[in-house]
Amino acid sequence: MPAAPVRSIGLQFDQVDKRYGAVYALRNLTLSIAAGECVAIAGRNGSGKTTLLRVAAQLVRPTRGLITFSSGAEHPRPAIGFVAHATMVYDELTAVENLIFFAKLQGVSEAKTCADELLREVGLEDRKDSLVRTFSRGMRQRVAIARALLGQPSLLLFDEPATGLDAESNAWLTEHLRKLRDTGCTILMSLHGESALAHLATRAIRLEGGGVIADTRRGAMFQSIFAAAGC
Amino acid sequence: MALLANAAVLLGKEVRTEFRSRELLSTTMVFVLIVVVVFSFTFDPTTNESRRFGPGLLWMAFLFAASLMLQPCFLREQVNDTLGALRLAVSDPFAIFLAKICANTLFLLLTELLMLPVFAALFNVSFRVQLPGILLTFFLGSLGISIVGTALAVISAQARMRELLLPLLLLPLLTPILVVSTEVTIRLMQPEPYLEWQGIGLMAGFDVVFLTVLWLFGEYLLEE
Repeated sequence: MPAAPVRSIGLQFDQVDKRYGAVYALRNLTLSIAAGECVAIAGRNGSGKTTLLRVAAQLVRPTRGLITFSSGAEHPRPAIGFVAHATMVYDELTAVENLIFFAKLQGVSEAKTCADELLREVGLEDRKDSLVRTFSRGMRQRVAIARALLGQPSLLLFDEPATGLDAESNAWLTEHLRKLRDTGCTILMSLHGESALAHLATRAIRLEGGGVIADTRRGAMFQSIFAAAGC
Repeated sequence: MALLANAAVLLGKEVRTEFRSRELLSTTMVFVLIVVVVFSFTFDPTTNESRRFGPGLLWMAFLFAASLMLQPCFLREQVNDTLGALRLAVSDPFAIFLAKICANTLFLLLTELLMLPVFAALFNVSFRVQLPGILLTFFLGSLGISIVGTALAVISAQARMRELLLPLLLLPLLTPILVVSTEVTIRLMQPEPYLEWQGIGLMAGFDVVFLTVLWLFGEYLLEE
């Protein structure tokens, strides 16, 4: 699935604030992510990781500031694959029905073939006709990841994607993201806990209080960002 | 075209999940049935009395049934944050509203049509001659309830007092269309029934105005 090169999207956060009542989830965040970068975001609970990803996905409107995409499109939503804390799939539909439904909405040609292929890749081929509500947390997460990969997105936003995954699925996800990264897909992922996914990152950012307090590319500082964030 | 294609896919999902669970349809049908049966015992339903009270009673039952139906339509999308997934997937967020409106209208209309023979039997009235007029009135009335209700359902789903908020906002806004729907239905139940086109025009106007408002501002309602 990720073999074909994608049209990368870069994004720029310019003095972004997101406030919930009196609480700042993001405060004066200025961050530039180049097309094709794989960025790991670390930070303690409440540091703003999830809000940053939801703002990037345009699901949350910032209180102040601007988000721009380097593709030039005003709403590049169909090109964004997003894995959130919640699974973002319907419990009342089967795994394959969920993927076909979202594929059709995104205008993916041959939705059925695409759904079958993705379910085979995430190891759910034999359970594809089971309702999602009968799945374990890890299986739901695999459906969520498959949904995010529909339509070959050029920007992937992953919020703790390894949640609930067993070692085998984790290895598959790491390998899959490596291929996507190598085809030029821009990846922004928040990580919590020791994760093999951190090794994929070409850049690490640490958030605290809704702002960036450390930003480094591969080097001596890289692992210290995760260590300092308590991951 | 992308808007209609997306709306059709979304509507297909709404219908499939509802007919799989039958949660909304069974709830609303049981509610309307109880109201109609209880009221048929409270006063002697002669034909004249039925013509006076029947339409108001019927639309009141439909309104409360609709508020039961509308409440979960966006709450269900919050359980797994599927609303977020829909917003990412569709090219025009109005498609989400369009599909919800069509689904709510369809389910409400289905409830109304299944309850109509029960009402006719218990209240001693016949709708056979006026059936096309009744269908048109029910359609436009249900559409109006669904348009306003769907818009308010998305607002109330994000509020803390969501169970109270929806009926509280819904009833005042729906008063005009409910009054007109009742009046049109009364005319259709007269000994010499006729379709009051002025009322039909008002109902259609109500639907168009609120649909346009939703089309213009709906995207803001979906934001977190």
